[in-house]
Amino acid sequence: MTTEAAATRGRPLVGLFVTCLVDLFRPSVGFAAIKLLEDAGACVEVPESQTCCGQPAYNSGDRGQAKAIARRVVESFERFDYVVAPSGSCAGMLKAHYPELLADDPSFAARARALAAKSYELTSFLVEVLHFAAVDASFAASVTYHDSCSGLRELKVRDAPRRLLASVADLTLTEMEETEVCCGFGGAFSVKYPDIANAIVEAKARNIVKSGVNCVLAGDLGCLLHIAGKLAREDRAIECRHVAEVLAGMAEGPAIGHARKIG
Amino acid sequence: MSTLDQDRATVLSRIRIALGVTGADGAREAAVADRLRRHPRGTIPARGLQSAEAGIALLEAMLASQGAEVTRARTPEVAVRAIADTLRVHELPLRLRMGNDPLLHALPWDAALELEWRFGAAEAEDRAALSRAVAAAAETGSLFLVSGGDNPTTLAFLPETHIILIRAGDIVGCYEEAFDRLRTAFGVGTLPRAVTMISGPSRTADIEQIIVRGAHGPKRLHVVVLG
Amino acid sequence: MSRMSGGSDDASPQSFKEGASRALADAKLQRALLNVKRGFIAKRALAKSKLPEFDQLRDEGRAIKDHTLAHLDLYLEAYERKVIGCGGSVHFAPSAADARDIVLRLCQDAGAHLVTKGKSMVSEEIGLNPHLEAAGVEVAETDLGEHIIQIRGEGPSHIIAPVIHLNKEDIAEDFARAHRGLPQGRSLATVQDLVAEARAVLREKFLGADVGITGANLLIAETGSSVIVTNEGNGDLTQTLPRMHIVIASIEKIVPTLEDACTILRLLARSGTGQEITTYTTFATGPARAGDSDGPRQYHVVLLDNGRSEMLGSEFRDMLRCIRCGACLNHCPVYGAIGGHAYGSLYPGPMGAVLTPALAGIDHARDLPSASSFCGRCEEVCPMAIPLPSLMRKWRERDFERGDPPLAQRLALKLWAFAAKRPRLYHGLGGVVAPLLARLAGAQGRFRSLPFAGAWTGTRDLPAPEGKTFHELYREKTRSGMR
Repeated sequence: MTTEAAATRGRPLVGLFVTCLVDLFRPSVGFAAIKLLEDAGACVEVPESQTCCGQPAYNSGDRGQAKAIARRVVESFERFDYVVAPSGSCAGMLKAHYPELLADDPSFAARARALAAKSYELTSFLVEVLHFAAVDASFAASVTYHDSCSGLRELKVRDAPRRLLASVADLTLTEMEETEVCCGFGGAFSVKYPDIANAIVEAKARNIVKSGVNCVLAGDLGCLLHIAGKLAREDRAIECRHVAEVLAGMAEGPAIGHARKIG
Repeated sequence: MSTLDQDRATVLSRIRIALGVTGADGAREAAVADRLRRHPRGTIPARGLQSAEAGIALLEAMLASQGAEVTRARTPEVAVRAIADTLRVHELPLRLRMGNDPLLHALPWDAALELEWRFGAAEAEDRAALSRAVAAAAETGSLFLVSGGDNPTTLAFLPETHIILIRAGDIVGCYEEAFDRLRTAFGVGTLPRAVTMISGPSRTADIEQIIVRGAHGPKRLHVVVLG
Repeated sequence: MSRMSGGSDDASPQSFKEGASRALADAKLQRALLNVKRGFIAKRALAKSKLPEFDQLRDEGRAIKDHTLAHLDLYLEAYERKVIGCGGSVHFAPSAADARDIVLRLCQDAGAHLVTKGKSMVSEEIGLNPHLEAAGVEVAETDLGEHIIQIRGEGPSHIIAPVIHLNKEDIAEDFARAHRGLPQGRSLATVQDLVAEARAVLREKFLGADVGITGANLLIAETGSSVIVTNEGNGDLTQTLPRMHIVIASIEKIVPTLEDACTILRLLARSGTGQEITTYTTFATGPARAGDSDGPRQYHVVLLDNGRSEMLGSEFRDMLRCIRCGACLNHCPVYGAIGGHAYGSLYPGPMGAVLTPALAGIDHARDLPSASSFCGRCEEVCPMAIPLPSLMRKWRERDFERGDPPLAQRLALKLWAFAAKRPRLYHGLGGVVAPLLARLAGAQGRFRSLPFAGAWTGTRDLPAPEGKTFHELYREKTRSGMR
């Protein structure tokens, strides 16, 4: 749907920020996000000019490249009513960091602030902006939800995914211990300091196993790849999925790190 | 300029360069002078703003949870008996060290004639000492002791048993009220050599996070609230 | 040029990773670190829950510090006037070496043979003890944890719990070896035994000391007071019994008024140990007055700069709000995994990751701000709201500008950034790599090992991509009219 058409129908126009990891590793999350947004009454477009939010450069200290990439993101997405990412980490980059990153750029400072104001993580957008708090899906599993650090601390995403999961039929949610503790991914951290990252994700895996669930959900693919990688290395029959897949009723495919259903 | 003066000038000028200021800025000086003069209070926790009786109850509860023994003595005679009993109950020699505090001296000690007395700063062999707190803040069960001839600081640290007497009327809700009382007693913008807030017996958790009493200071703190 | 003496080796890349690996493999240390997680984290949460005004106080504490830093020169001058006015002396020390020399000179002027010390991180930062000992002065650390590391000859592993990495058996061995003249077969089996012995041994030091040296958690400009918070009472014995008391404190410890001190004291213990307040909080103001029965005849304050003024004028100013509570260490998943010694710095954990490069130079401490997942818990629990991850990122930026990260890393980043600014190239590459990896992983759906990904696959499987990329699939769907 074009911008004009969306406007005349009164539906908000959402630019989907796919994220690198979803694009490369798990496109089904992107399609799940689109379905949820459309079910919730939004019009969704996916600008082809997007690549990455720039976090790898930003966190490595390469501010120059981070700014260059940020400008492109601003240009690609500023025409939308909202920018939504199935990732607390990427949404956090746009919302919490772009304004500061481009504060010294007279052509982009205000535009970055404007973009930040309309950037959201998927579940909090559904619940808090579109007031879409119940889905029409079922997922028979015992599930725990891992709070990704950026989502939790930069964007205060905590209740939204849980509210949505509460509406999923046949799903039981059990909170694990230390749900708010880091999974150890941290982007490049997971490979620059692999032993430390491994120790942290081992602790996370212990908490998951202790909770007795057979499925872990989260809103960030980085966390999920890390957690799934650890659980698989430990030969645990615990599925890892992105929360969007479950909410959209698109969770029949293989879990992360598996080619067929497990357990 | 002596090295001392030079070092002082160096540090201060570095600070001023870092802040981008000169030393002769009326507005900045006024801001500092104003804050020092008015000493505005921040948020006082609600638990520090209760009634007097509630404050006493809170003080006693906080001290008990922090490992002190607390006795409420309605009259001076009861206080004297409580102090003597502390030594007896813990099988300590009936000997106490205290300072020149007039209020402590005025207690009816003939109700405990068995007690032996030493006066002045504590000595290494003292097993028990008695001090008076000039104020206490209920918010965390903290007793304010002030150095001087009346209640030498060493009484609170050298002996293994320390008894502190506080008048109920000297218990306030929050730290700020206690400091206001000290300002009234000792002057504004100054303090005696040492003001010690004591909130329990000495303890350490340095080894395996296991709490042990009597690390260097008293193993035992007994507080007598009089009135 | 490093301004730091304290701590073991420097945090150069080799030693940090080595230290971290050793720490991760050390089962005893790992058990001890559980105490940090279970103890301090739970206790802080409980203390915070019992004080509804906590967040409000945190905002006020931050404002007090910011105001003070903006007027630091004037508050230091006001403080100095008050200290002198009640009979004390103030000595400004631009560098660590200056501070060491001042303290030694004061000790020598006092004819000191034995010095007792309360816990002071700043005194370790400047390397005070070796300096005094080289001049023939005996130095006795009196805080139990500091005493233990003194006899072990190592640095603390946590800024408020120095021996959190040890168990009681380790300490029993140390005491048996170092406490001479005590019966051989005595019991050192329980923690109570150990504390009782330390009490007896250190009591002799307290009573025999000529000079007592403490740090200061706060300095108060309104009254010219230094404040120490302890649970043991060692700080008070250190500053009361000897004939001279020397306070060594860095310049950012100052706050304007007694009320300001109250606000910060309400945050300090709760954030660090989860106590409502420490057992002893003592405000020392000048030497003994006429009529006092005890107390030092001389009171000296050494105000240390050693890099603080430079931080004040830099993008790291916020770090000067730190009150050394240790909450960030306690909540950090990296500290929780490797403990304090692995950092190779006197100041470990998140606060150390920001402070150490400022004091020792980023080239000597590169790994500290780098070894963080930026989870943000440190900033969340910091009572002074210091934006620790942002400050670590700023160090990474400084490091990057200097051209210091390894060539391979810089190259990889350059290539990635090149592609990221060219959507068609980026998507094209993804369109090749994703299906390729999916096919390679085959029926497993993940990699147990993968060339160039050994850092990951050494310890974790790497999930494979689904197949085509999102952009490719989306384009197909759009073309086929499904959208």
